[in-house]
Amino acid sequence: MTPRRGRRAVIAGVATSDYPHLPHLSEHAVHGQAADRALADAGLTFADVDGFATTGFFPMYATGVAEYLGLHPIYFDETNSGGSSFEVLVEHAAYAVEAGAVDVVLVTYGSVQLSQMGRRLGTGGGGGGFAPGPAIYDALWGNTLVGNYAMAARRHMHEFGTTPEQLAAVAVSMRRHAATNPQAQEREPITVDDVVSSRLVADPLHKLDCCVISDGGGACIVTTEERAADLPRDPIYILGAAHATTHHLNLSAMPSLTVTPAAQCGPVAFARAGITPADVDVAQLYDSFTITVVLTVEDLGFCAKGEGGAFVEGGGLEVGGRLPTNTDGGGLSACHPGMRGMFLIVEAVRQLRGEGGPTQVPDARIAVAHGTGGMLSTGATLVLGREAS
Amino acid sequence: MTDRAPATGDERPPKPRPAPTPDADSAPYWTAGHEGRLVIQRCTSCDARQLYPRDRCLVCRGPVEWVEASGRGSVYSFTVIRQNYSRPFRDWIPYVVALVDLEEGPRVMTNIVGCEPDAVHIGMAVRAQFATVSDEAGIALFTPVAAAD
Repeated sequence: MTPRRGRRAVIAGVATSDYPHLPHLSEHAVHGQAADRALADAGLTFADVDGFATTGFFPMYATGVAEYLGLHPIYFDETNSGGSSFEVLVEHAAYAVEAGAVDVVLVTYGSVQLSQMGRRLGTGGGGGGFAPGPAIYDALWGNTLVGNYAMAARRHMHEFGTTPEQLAAVAVSMRRHAATNPQAQEREPITVDDVVSSRLVADPLHKLDCCVISDGGGACIVTTEERAADLPRDPIYILGAAHATTHHLNLSAMPSLTVTPAAQCGPVAFARAGITPADVDVAQLYDSFTITVVLTVEDLGFCAKGEGGAFVEGGGLEVGGRLPTNTDGGGLSACHPGMRGMFLIVEAVRQLRGEGGPTQVPDARIAVAHGTGGMLSTGATLVLGREAS
Repeated sequence: MTDRAPATGDERPPKPRPAPTPDADSAPYWTAGHEGRLVIQRCTSCDARQLYPRDRCLVCRGPVEWVEASGRGSVYSFTVIRQNYSRPFRDWIPYVVALVDLEEGPRVMTNIVGCEPDAVHIGMAVRAQFATVSDEAGIALFTPVAAAD
């Protein structure tokens, strides 16, 4: 879609809430804290907000958070695609502002799953309790969230010879980045040997192949280039976006366990942005599990299919490496409150503004945030840039 | 595998396997399982085979009918679950969850039973073995062909 004059969509403000442990805050208060900070970052107030987007696991979730925050927006969106939701919500917000439907969209995320549920996420269920309609078919076998990703990892190893040590390299690199992030949940350095000798949760994934479980949230402000010209921060342009899905909760319906929806939406988003993978300076890639990152770098075209294991080895994902990735420490080490997609966007914007601190990628001009949701079920790619093209 | 003793010292009686609630799409599938038969859908227009049960063919959107499957297949991928806090599964740990490609093409999720978890491998030949989980439903577990024959 060609935006009206002056209405190029930009991100004018970002923030994370406090994290990773917020026993003193309600889930909605986490949204509020992140919203306050993102609006302050953008030089705006709640009075400027006419659009609102967020998502959670209840119907009409966005209207509930809008009510809590005292917002009466003329645009709202609560599309839920799991971990990729916030990339989708920002894409939608970009279309809405470019079409002239709305001027300032506040997008928030908040979760206190660590305080509410403890560290159980991903290692329970599998008994059909949550399975609506056709989701029952894969819900009778005691499979866990981790088990789905484990089967993808096993298949990748079988087809391409990927090793546990290569998967572990992802966790090691994320931890190196997390060591420089004072908020990160886990900051102690780890080695490949630490990862592969940690307890198996679902073969071949070990405990340290799995993300942390946290409280936390974030927010961003999507507005127009024209509006951002009067605001304090340099705007970050939304250059291209796309999302895709291959299945819902039935992993048996995924056509290939080694090809994720990123293979579909990544090239579309890059084409819309007019870039190729070689143009990307820094990436924020959903790292629910180490295998998620290996699959994503392949499917987004940073390396050929099957070469992800070699790509992530030897610091390939670290600042100075082949593709600096998850410069805040990622979900594997910094923070994973359940749907981490907002953190990817916030960190991408910070990198493009040069606010990356110890893990700043020098002269980062193009960033990619790619969310993955469900059981490798959804993917959503955002290409962000410091310049308009 | 459902009879395996709890590893946690849990004194409660074993919780049964979860059972599906048949609906208009799935009732013939679960009923066949209850009778010890594995059935799949065949498109009467383009001959494509599919599971899970749907009201139409996924290839051409044509009408589908139920046909018997051989019950043979091979392991496409699998995992050994070593952590699950939910009952009854935590009583089974370690156990194998797998995706099996049926000889006829469709892929199903299942448990591999009748062998040690460490014996399972991708490509392993397996065959269906049924478990009755309610008055109206049976489900297809799979076991290595070598062990079943």
